[in-house]
Amino acid sequence: MASEPIKMRLPASEDALRALRIGDEVLITGTVVTARDMAHKYMVEQRPESLRDILEGALIYHCGPIMVRDGEGWRIVSAGPTTSSREEPYQADVLENYRLGGVIGKGGMGEKTSAALKKCGAVYFHAVGGAGTLLAKRVKKVREVRMLEEFGVPEAFWVLEVEDFPVVVTMDSVGGSLHREVLEASAQKRKDLLGL
Amino acid sequence: MPGFVEWGLELIRRASSDLSPDVETVVRRGRDAEPEGSTARNVLDSILQNVTMSRTDATPICQDTGLTTFFVHLPRGYDAEAVRADLVEAIRQATIEGILRPNSVHPITGKNTGDNVGVDLPHIEFEPAHDDAVTIDLLLKGGGSENCGAQYRLPDASIKAGRDLDGVERCVIDMVHKAQGQGCAPGILGVCIGGDRAGSYMGAKRQLLRHLDDANPDPQLADMESRLLEKCNRLGIGPMGFGGVTTLLGVKIGWMHRHPASFFVSIAYCCWADRRRRLVVRDGIAQVL
Repeated sequence: MASEPIKMRLPASEDALRALRIGDEVLITGTVVTARDMAHKYMVEQRPESLRDILEGALIYHCGPIMVRDGEGWRIVSAGPTTSSREEPYQADVLENYRLGGVIGKGGMGEKTSAALKKCGAVYFHAVGGAGTLLAKRVKKVREVRMLEEFGVPEAFWVLEVEDFPVVVTMDSVGGSLHREVLEASAQKRKDLLGL
Repeated sequence: MPGFVEWGLELIRRASSDLSPDVETVVRRGRDAEPEGSTARNVLDSILQNVTMSRTDATPICQDTGLTTFFVHLPRGYDAEAVRADLVEAIRQATIEGILRPNSVHPITGKNTGDNVGVDLPHIEFEPAHDDAVTIDLLLKGGGSENCGAQYRLPDASIKAGRDLDGVERCVIDMVHKAQGQGCAPGILGVCIGGDRAGSYMGAKRQLLRHLDDANPDPQLADMESRLLEKCNRLGIGPMGFGGVTTLLGVKIGWMHRHPASFFVSIAYCCWADRRRRLVVRDGIAQVL
């Protein structure tokens, strides 16, 4: 267990990302872009080139924030992670196509994403689910939004500048997955409890 | 004079931003049970910090403010349609103010209505009140936790579950294992034994309105609630599924009569952010509990 969180600035080098291991606590500073269900379907089916400028070297954040109009711009009110497993069919393709540093979400992802992280030298970071106010406070600026009209507030691409955004590495670039480890350990306990 | 629009708005604000103290107490107990320096404890510390911040700033604890479900008890003489219209207006205002996220999506076109109003949204259950007070319970339950819910049909050979209470226990343990951290563990379970498919699911959800420190009036079910809490925590899934001893905060069990041929066990999984509040209006004076 890391005693002090690792500070990481985006875009991070592939070496820095490849050095991270499951269990590492990290504070992220830089650009993250929210993308959830509609966005992932769109990125895989349409493969829009127009998103390259915001995505390359950034992290995708599985999040549908609460935003309030603030003059010409937007104020972010609450912004915790959403369940990542719904993006499992799309994530590997998106990671490779847009050369992301990785993903922030919750609940972990499957083997296809794990293989893509290994190939791309990317990382899956886990934010604390339900910590909406705390995480919104680490967003220093709402830079822009795309596909707002088409997707609605929760599903749009919000381009956020974050500072010391707290996450835990739960899937790394050497095939490690904390989720797989906990699943396997708890599967044994389930068997014992059910006498199976 | 204020009415159900203003009171409803205050009810939504409190539910969304001010976690009920009984839940916070059990989160804190879980935090103390996790080893110092562990990721599990750090997660629970962040959760507690977020609870305080949200209460102070009156901002949503979680950005997924869920679907709004109201359980209304109306005394004789009240106009249910008027109360419904006021609650709908309260939801519209809460959405504009950023207390609720727009969560109403058309399942065929994919279009978000933008105001949390739609077909069966908000969901409102009306029942007659047994005294002079209007009581409105509000549950804001996020989609991630809702997705973890499950319904079993007993017998179920795959988990050696027969049509008895031992079978019910097996369903609960199996469901918690399947959910892992996906529903934002540590979670709270509402369980309903019996009923038909639809009623049983709603019965499970209603159990989530109970406070964590209450006692089930049925001693057999009270025992089962504490036993299942202890057993599920032995699974070691922990906060967010990172591993640890705090997988669940509570288990609440109710029942309904069933058809001889059907034996359903329905489980509603609620994330740690169990956002429920109650509005009581008596003699024109409103109070949010």
